[in-house]
Amino acid sequence: MDLSLIAEAVVLGILTGAVYALMASGLTLIFGVMDIINIAQGAFVVLGAYLSYVLAQHLHIDLFVGLLITMPVMFGLGVFVEWAFIRPLKRDRIMLSILVTYAIAIIIEGLLGRIFSTDLVRLDAWYATRSFNLFGFYIGYIYLFAFLLSVVLLGALYLILYRTKFGASLRAATQNRTAAQLIGIDVERVSALTFGIGVALTAAGGVAFGATNSFNPGSHYDLISRLLVIIVLGGMGSLGGALIASFGMLVIEDVTAVVWEPKWSTTVFFILLVLVLVVRPQGLFGQLAGRKE
Amino acid sequence: MLATVVKYRPFAYLLLLIVAISMPWYAPGLFPGISVMSIAVLTVIFAGAASSWNIFSGYTGYIALGHAVFFGTGAYALAIICQDWHVKSDYGPMMLLPIAGLVAAVVAVPLGLISLRTRGHTFVVITIAMFFIAQLLAYNLRAVTHGSAGLELPIPSWSGDAFDVPFYYVGLLILLLTLATSWWVRRSKYGLGLLAIRDDEDRARGLGVKTGSSKLLAFVLSAFFVGMLGGLWAYYIESVFPNSGFDAIFDVSTALMAFLGGLGTLAGPILGALILVPAQQYVAADATLTSWYLVLYGAVFLAVILLLPEGIIPTIRKRLTRWLARRAAPAAIAGGPPPANQRDPVSAATRDGGDR
Repeated sequence: MDLSLIAEAVVLGILTGAVYALMASGLTLIFGVMDIINIAQGAFVVLGAYLSYVLAQHLHIDLFVGLLITMPVMFGLGVFVEWAFIRPLKRDRIMLSILVTYAIAIIIEGLLGRIFSTDLVRLDAWYATRSFNLFGFYIGYIYLFAFLLSVVLLGALYLILYRTKFGASLRAATQNRTAAQLIGIDVERVSALTFGIGVALTAAGGVAFGATNSFNPGSHYDLISRLLVIIVLGGMGSLGGALIASFGMLVIEDVTAVVWEPKWSTTVFFILLVLVLVVRPQGLFGQLAGRKE
Repeated sequence: MLATVVKYRPFAYLLLLIVAISMPWYAPGLFPGISVMSIAVLTVIFAGAASSWNIFSGYTGYIALGHAVFFGTGAYALAIICQDWHVKSDYGPMMLLPIAGLVAAVVAVPLGLISLRTRGHTFVVITIAMFFIAQLLAYNLRAVTHGSAGLELPIPSWSGDAFDVPFYYVGLLILLLTLATSWWVRRSKYGLGLLAIRDDEDRARGLGVKTGSSKLLAFVLSAFFVGMLGGLWAYYIESVFPNSGFDAIFDVSTALMAFLGGLGTLAGPILGALILVPAQQYVAADATLTSWYLVLYGAVFLAVILLLPEGIIPTIRKRLTRWLARRAAPAAIAGGPPPANQRDPVSAATRDGGDR
């Protein structure tokens, strides 16, 4: 086996891993604060990709510049969804929220299918097809740009979480919702904003995903299955775990595709998940379940 | 009043059974122009699936969103058996349905052992992940499943109008078996253990419920029936593909039916299927509505969870007990003890309200 091919797969895995880390961090943030799993996260990514597609096709706005429009739009959508569909759940929130977000994912898939049909599309820009030479590897510009974007946004997320008052209340709500409420944190507001931020991040994920893959409205199943695996493997609610699991997953996937066959790449990762769970049911960095609402 | 209701209940069940069994005689005449029996076949299949999903998820409170794994496994198992054994006769595949169910049950054992180590969210997520693994395997294991080309099942020689009838009766039979099992579980000490797990698993274990094996048995039982129904469904539509056998919508459909009718109740999932499957088929048959299918589906789902989270049957029962209690209250004050068999309205109204 050619070692340079494996090395290239590792580099590619790290570059795309950052994008998944971005999408998964939104998911795990929402989980941490609100104790709910947003099954619609994959559908939001696809929606973000279609929004960028519309902007690029009809208004000729660059994919990355377009994020200045799509991210606020997706943020607003996230806040609305939290307010309209998650907040009204009073009893058995954990289980019902999974079903509610599943329903939202189906609605988004249906609407996108209605508007754009189920034909595969791909985001296009000059950097989507060109590549450059790095130490003898050919790497697509889009992978580099998406990586840089993800790093910038993850850095911004870090600053929000650890350097602002809102971040402090968010972390407080993650640690203990009731206690946070008792010391005067408006947990409902924090929840809405967290959901908004988590969904806004999917707009960026959508650009990276849509420019590197052909997608259609049904693509969200593929995305959410990977994202769920990432956050379970990393340990639910653990941001660091999600980051490490994202890089691990994508590197393993890309290496499997090279040394074995591309069609087995995802399967290998799923099997790894099962093996980890046999040993550590709480995931790599998670705490043992037992937190109650 | 409640006593009268209870007294006539067996007759009501008998009447419902007669209505269901005689369906092929009156239904086509009653609804001319639509393929009512084919809707009936799908309804009994989904009612059975929702009911067996409920045996596990409804009673234990562990929401599984991966039962399509067992549905698809049953479907593929039957298709592969028919192919390898060269099953030709019309009723042959029907006879093999228990084997399809057994295959699904065998698959459920390791899946249950792994997933049931976790609780709450993580369990839900793992069942979803297992669904995707199964679908991927169906695509990738081409030697067995023929990948995306799918597998074909033998085509029965029943003709035209009578085609649906054997499927309907076999489906009804499996549905009744599921229902009987569900009833038995609900009435038995074993089922009481499952409900204890739903209410507080740690305490249940402290009280001596063998939580691990109880959950696993319920999981495997429900997989067995879902597998049989998957086989029947595959034989009915004569083919199975990775994305039709392992369908994400199936995962949520069974849950939605159970939630709509009443999670953890005996009749709830069946009521849910009776409402939803004909509605689904109606939308699928209407040209202008079809393109809105997924949107409508999701919207109904949202509406059910947000507006009627307890389901139809528990909501009605709660209202009824409250109404009866209000009517009985003045009489009790006026003198005379309340009827001996009147249940405590509070305990009857909690959760899913005991037996029926």
